[in-house]
Amino acid sequence: MHPLIISDVTLTFGGLKALSGVAMRFEPGTITSIIGPNGAGKTSLLNCISGFYHPDQGDIHYGDQRLTDAAPHQVAKMGIARAFQNLELFRGMTVLDNLLLARHSKLKYNLLQAVVFIGKAARVEAENRRTVEEVIDFMELEPYRKNTVGTLSYGIQKRVEVARALTMEPQVLLLDEPMAGMNIEEKEDMVRFVMDIQKERNATIILVEHDLGVVMDISDRIHVLDFGEMIGSGTPAEVARNPKVIEAYIGKE
Amino acid sequence: MSYFFQLVISGIVVGSIYALSALGFVLIYKSSRVLNIAHGQLIAIGAFMVYALTVWLKVPILIAFLASMVLTFFMAMSVERVFLRRLIGEPIISVIMVTIGLMSILDGIIYLTPFGSVNYSFPAVLPVTPISFGGVSISWTQLVGVIITVILIGGFSWFFKRSTLGISMRAVSDDQLAAMSIGISVPRVFGLAWAMAGLSAAAAGAIIGNITGLNFDTLRAFGILVFPVVILGGLDSVFGAVVAGIIMGLIQQFAGGYLDGQWGLSGTANVLPYIILLIILLFKPHGLFGTHEIERV
Repeated sequence: MHPLIISDVTLTFGGLKALSGVAMRFEPGTITSIIGPNGAGKTSLLNCISGFYHPDQGDIHYGDQRLTDAAPHQVAKMGIARAFQNLELFRGMTVLDNLLLARHSKLKYNLLQAVVFIGKAARVEAENRRTVEEVIDFMELEPYRKNTVGTLSYGIQKRVEVARALTMEPQVLLLDEPMAGMNIEEKEDMVRFVMDIQKERNATIILVEHDLGVVMDISDRIHVLDFGEMIGSGTPAEVARNPKVIEAYIGKE
Repeated sequence: MSYFFQLVISGIVVGSIYALSALGFVLIYKSSRVLNIAHGQLIAIGAFMVYALTVWLKVPILIAFLASMVLTFFMAMSVERVFLRRLIGEPIISVIMVTIGLMSILDGIIYLTPFGSVNYSFPAVLPVTPISFGGVSISWTQLVGVIITVILIGGFSWFFKRSTLGISMRAVSDDQLAAMSIGISVPRVFGLAWAMAGLSAAAAGAIIGNITGLNFDTLRAFGILVFPVVILGGLDSVFGAVVAGIIMGLIQQFAGGYLDGQWGLSGTANVLPYIILLIILLFKPHGLFGTHEIERV
């Protein structure tokens, strides 16, 4: 387990600065939240970490591995998994297949093995099944195992997406607004899952979330972004007292 | 009645060739949403390779058949790597223009070879006398062609259902972002889709070449003939390509066998499939087995 370190990251789209000089540190085994008003660059930052965007300046390191120029599938293989803000699930497949698929890509295979190998695949399959069933149990998805994902309710689909990230047994889990659009009950469930993931599965969690009540409750540390710049960082109590943060959220007097 | 069954048999033979030709086209569309206009050229190149290997280099036909599949596998993979990889993320129309350019380039190259101007035909390896069964007959070449097609299509379905790589390909066609996030390399899947398309094109070309002879225009035309087939089957469905291929083959044979000559009609085999295609699309705009996009608002 290593810290994930973002140093001096700048990302521009044309003339627009989405992120400028952002530096953050995510300690292993903690829940760290990134908050900020709409358009502050939270999702852009997650995209930089997971390899969908590459920063123009600065570096992102996980332990001694450099993520700055890595492709998304390489980042995933380093043990950094992600659940998206808008659902990105294999809608035509069952819950079980969605999760199994996430295991499949952990396999080391080459072209020839994938085409002709049956023996090794069969052995690994049993182990995959075990991990997947364990995650289904953990995320309380038993009633839906065989349901096609596209037919499930929004709240359950969000849960499936987190479950899919978990099947990869990530060391770092990026959650992009996992509670957006949920009702109170679904939100409470998700909060419980996030805390359990941190405790029982010992993962580093990076959470982007708009519900400040939830964020203040469960975060170990909070980083605040506004217009692509860091305007505050610290424990929930420190951030809540930070005048710049208050200004960004409720404006100047 | 035996006339009817004869038409059914011929329809299945023609149809399975359509299915095999359409397969490669569907593979590329399914994974990367690219319409490969140059698919007919891949089919022709596969057929010519088998011929060149067997007749000029005296390689046994079975080995030549397998070797040409391997060669086109790598050829199509390189085409993807060199021409299409850098276009990932560009507007789809640009990518289609590139495949049109590819078609012209391959045409030009083929015209430089003897195959561009001379018609060859494969030496007869199988018995020439057709198999007759209660008034219905099928040639050995056709029978073997159908058997190979069934084996290949079966192999492909197995690959998609069971193998890691096949499942990754389905994942990419379902949701690229999600596929990347669980560690699937999307460019690699595209490359593989092209490679498999090349492989199936070579097999189709070799089978067509054995049945009809090696005429560049005939072979190239299959690249266009697959369009009604894949549109009917649903552009992104392998199973749909098979069913639609057989339907097209049957319609053509029945049209030619029953309608031509009646009421002064001729050439119905070429027209009727399109008329039926239009009627089916009126009711099933995504084809028989195509993905139906439902957007929740």
